[in-house]
Amino acid sequence: MGTVVEFLKPHLLPLLWAVVIVAVLPLVAGYIVLLERKVMADIQARLGPMRVGPHGLLQPIADALKLLLKEDIIPANADKWIFWIAPLISVTAAMLALSAMPFGPVFQIADLNVGLLFIVAVSSLGIFGIVLGGWSSNSHYALLGALRSAAQVVSYEVAVGLALVSGLLLAGTLSMRKIVEAQAEQGIWFVFLAPVGFFIYLVAGIAELNRAPFDLPEAESELVAGYMTEYSGFRWALYFLGEYTAMLVVGGIGTTLFLGGWLRPFPNVAAFDFLDYLPAVFFLALTGYCFYRTPKQPVPIQKAVLGLFGLLCLSFAAVLGWAATLPAEAAARGGILGAFWFLAKVLLFLYSFMWFRFTFPRYRFDQLMRLGWHFLIPVSLVNVMGVGAALVLHRQAGWPLWQGLVLGTVATLAVAAWLVLVRSRRPVAAPPAGEEV
Amino acid sequence: MAETPTRHVHFPGMDTTVLGADEIIINMGPQHPSTHGVLRVKLHLDGEKVIGSECIIGYLHRGVEKIAEHRSYQQFAPYVDRMDYVAAVSNGLGYCEAVEKLLEVEVPPRAKVVRTILTELQRIASHLLWLGTHALDIGALTPIFYCFREREEILKIFEKYCGARLTTHAFRIGGLQYEVYDGFEEDVKRFLADFDRKIDEYEALLTTNRIWVERTKGIGVLSAQDAIALGVTGPVLRASGVKWDIRKAFPYAAYDRYDFEIPVGSHGDTYDRYLVRMEEMRQSRRICLQAIEDIPSGPILGKVGKVMKPAPGEVYHSIEAPKGELGYYIVSDGTTQPYRVRIRPPSFINLQAFDTMVRGHLVADVVAIIGTIDIVLGEVDR
Amino acid sequence: MADEPTPKQPEQRQPTPEGQPGAHETSAPKPAEKPAAEKPAPPKKDAPAAWPKPLDNEMVRRFRRRFGDAILEAVEDRKQAILVVAVDRLREIAEYAREEEQFDMLTDLTAVDWPKREKRFDLVVNLYSFPRNERLRLKAAVGEQDRPPSLTPVWAAANWLERECFDMFGIRFEGHPDLRRILLPEEWVGHPLRKDYDILQQDTAWVRENLGIESGQ
Repeated sequence: MGTVVEFLKPHLLPLLWAVVIVAVLPLVAGYIVLLERKVMADIQARLGPMRVGPHGLLQPIADALKLLLKEDIIPANADKWIFWIAPLISVTAAMLALSAMPFGPVFQIADLNVGLLFIVAVSSLGIFGIVLGGWSSNSHYALLGALRSAAQVVSYEVAVGLALVSGLLLAGTLSMRKIVEAQAEQGIWFVFLAPVGFFIYLVAGIAELNRAPFDLPEAESELVAGYMTEYSGFRWALYFLGEYTAMLVVGGIGTTLFLGGWLRPFPNVAAFDFLDYLPAVFFLALTGYCFYRTPKQPVPIQKAVLGLFGLLCLSFAAVLGWAATLPAEAAARGGILGAFWFLAKVLLFLYSFMWFRFTFPRYRFDQLMRLGWHFLIPVSLVNVMGVGAALVLHRQAGWPLWQGLVLGTVATLAVAAWLVLVRSRRPVAAPPAGEEV
Repeated sequence: MAETPTRHVHFPGMDTTVLGADEIIINMGPQHPSTHGVLRVKLHLDGEKVIGSECIIGYLHRGVEKIAEHRSYQQFAPYVDRMDYVAAVSNGLGYCEAVEKLLEVEVPPRAKVVRTILTELQRIASHLLWLGTHALDIGALTPIFYCFREREEILKIFEKYCGARLTTHAFRIGGLQYEVYDGFEEDVKRFLADFDRKIDEYEALLTTNRIWVERTKGIGVLSAQDAIALGVTGPVLRASGVKWDIRKAFPYAAYDRYDFEIPVGSHGDTYDRYLVRMEEMRQSRRICLQAIEDIPSGPILGKVGKVMKPAPGEVYHSIEAPKGELGYYIVSDGTTQPYRVRIRPPSFINLQAFDTMVRGHLVADVVAIIGTIDIVLGEVDR
Repeated sequence: MADEPTPKQPEQRQPTPEGQPGAHETSAPKPAEKPAAEKPAPPKKDAPAAWPKPLDNEMVRRFRRRFGDAILEAVEDRKQAILVVAVDRLREIAEYAREEEQFDMLTDLTAVDWPKREKRFDLVVNLYSFPRNERLRLKAAVGEQDRPPSLTPVWAAANWLERECFDMFGIRFEGHPDLRRILLPEEWVGHPLRKDYDILQQDTAWVRENLGIESGQ
């Protein structure tokens, strides 16, 4: 018995985190959807969900209930087992990828020494869910969506990988935790050292997520809903959960590798220590706003919900404030504040995903492929070489690192500009073989 | 949906009884997000490339022309609003003017100017709806809300004027039924004052947007010869480089009084059609600004009797509706009911060019091309 | 031929140079006063039954010279030019109108049912000429059993218009590439725009079989 307890002991905390992630994630995904709808409404000059709860705060719960209670439809000609299992693959892959994600110095399920590789590998398994779902639906729209999705992910995986390599060269490790620590040691986020790599990662990451302007697999105006056309109710919700979890994963990788993970801005500069109190102040402000709006809600239940939400923010503020007063070595301090900064940066990613979605039209499939193969991949290759050369010059010839990196970046941008100019000179789409009716 | 070709699948000049290994037939519509109503398109695809198409229409056929033969001239007027229901005012104008021509009555100048103002506002509203849905089809989710924001202002003016927003029945044969309401001029001026800036706002989102340009340039090219042979009219024809607008060619209402230009394109592709329509909105604003400053006073209804009995004979009259040439061919047998009303719907005839425009493009371009023709199925099917 | 000055059609008495392709200036600002007063100059209502009037101008004479008896009548109704032609030479006349007279656009093609006449349908073809900014209407009487020539080879626009004509009137066009119903279902029985087709009439068998209801009214 004792040995069993001894055996389990190191696994208890990770187990707890795993349960927390699985339990909380659907709720988080629901609120990301709400956030997306609110951002969309703001961009589109309207209010967004306002009915269910104050400012639509309970909308995700209502949506989840609706989806759970919906009739479960499996098309008669569908391949039932695959149809059934496909959404699960999507969700599982996305969730599994979260297991190596460092939400803070403490809050991480497993610190693998090949963490980044593991995350990238597992999250790209999610494509199986999409391909199988599209294939098993036995519908043309779903099939076209699945094919597009497969081709798209395969192409952009290369660009994503190469963009990540430019960051990895600087970190010198694959462990997610050590990547962040490397940024703390060097005192700079890698986004400033490899801006081109970051940009390519951002673009290719959106493409890999199948989000606008690269949302061709679902392209509602062309393929109805792409691979999800025949899905409804809870299965459909699982796809959605998978998609939003994947957004978190992509945002998490970007945050860890390029934006300093759980580090606050200027982690090594004592003059910026007041930033440790920023989280608490932020939530205090949110609390104040909630309480200010509470009496103005029209319905008692909405007053109650907004009041409770204010209290929730207050408790967050209290926890964050308490953590900020702890001594610097305390694990709780780093863990709590780190989680805040990490999530804040991930939210920045999510916001940019939404912003792009509501601003840009959709690419066409061949254009998407051309962008990937003819532009992003060559540019990221050159970028990797530039970063590598800068490192070699730094280590072998003693050049200052920044000089090499500036040179590398300039060279990469020159290549990019050349590609753009060459592309813009290509003839426009060939005229159709016009035949008289 | 996975269906074997039946006798309904028919592509002229193409053998579809045997499909190649890479070929599929896909059915878009009548329930599809981007077929603008109940258009049904059968696409013959090689991978995602369109090698043939067939439009199947008629899902909204209500027999408007048959109804006309059983209504008096006045009674039929509200029915025309139901054809192109996003440009009801233009429909009404065309019909009223055709009957006026048949009756040979003269419309008082005040009525003509008010008609012009309302019709141009309707053109702006129709183009706004087109812009929003077209952008939505191409994946830009936001412009439609901006467009509807401005369209709402126009619909409010219609509502204040005649009580209806969509199927307005704003005009009467011989002139206007209603005098303009107090504050009409101010409302219109207020709308026009900053509408220019609003168009800039839409253009900022789209015109130079790299993705938008790539999605629309070179897509659905229609040469001027093809366009004329296919009878295409309106912005689609003008984008192909033919400078032809009925407002200039056969001026009606009060258009001969105002300065405005006819925008033309040069490539006949989707991007040019987009630019042409954007410029048309600016020109419509220009017409309205001139007209609203100077509405003549006087009666609003010409000398028409309560019972309309045109002399036997026939007339064809057409106007430049937002979508193209909207023509009415009316045959009278001397009774109070038209003997035959033939409506030349611009959407129906423009849609005929769809097959020419779509061949060789990808599925994604199909929705762009449907959008760029700017069809309303109520008018296609009548 | 193209340069030959033709008498203006009554329809466009106001000079409208902008209508021609290639003319790039906007309409010259016209004096705003008395625009409406000048415009109509119609024969005032004392002579209500003045239409149709016989039409004789340069263009009509050219048509007559070319086709002789096939031009049965040339009239003007509400100042719009109408040529009544023999249906068996319609195709030739259409080709001539397109090639020689520059009527390059087929605006509309339809029919009117006159059940009491010997040839019950009037086929009505509306043409427009971009270079001349002029409209012309061709009419041809078509019997129920006649097969008028299809104009699709002349103007591609005729395709759907003839299909609609077939759908609504049952006129079968000879040489049409794809003569099927267009607005109504293919199996529908009857041609609704014929005068003997009642306004409440429908193909009840089709409605019952395909829609599962007793009546579509």
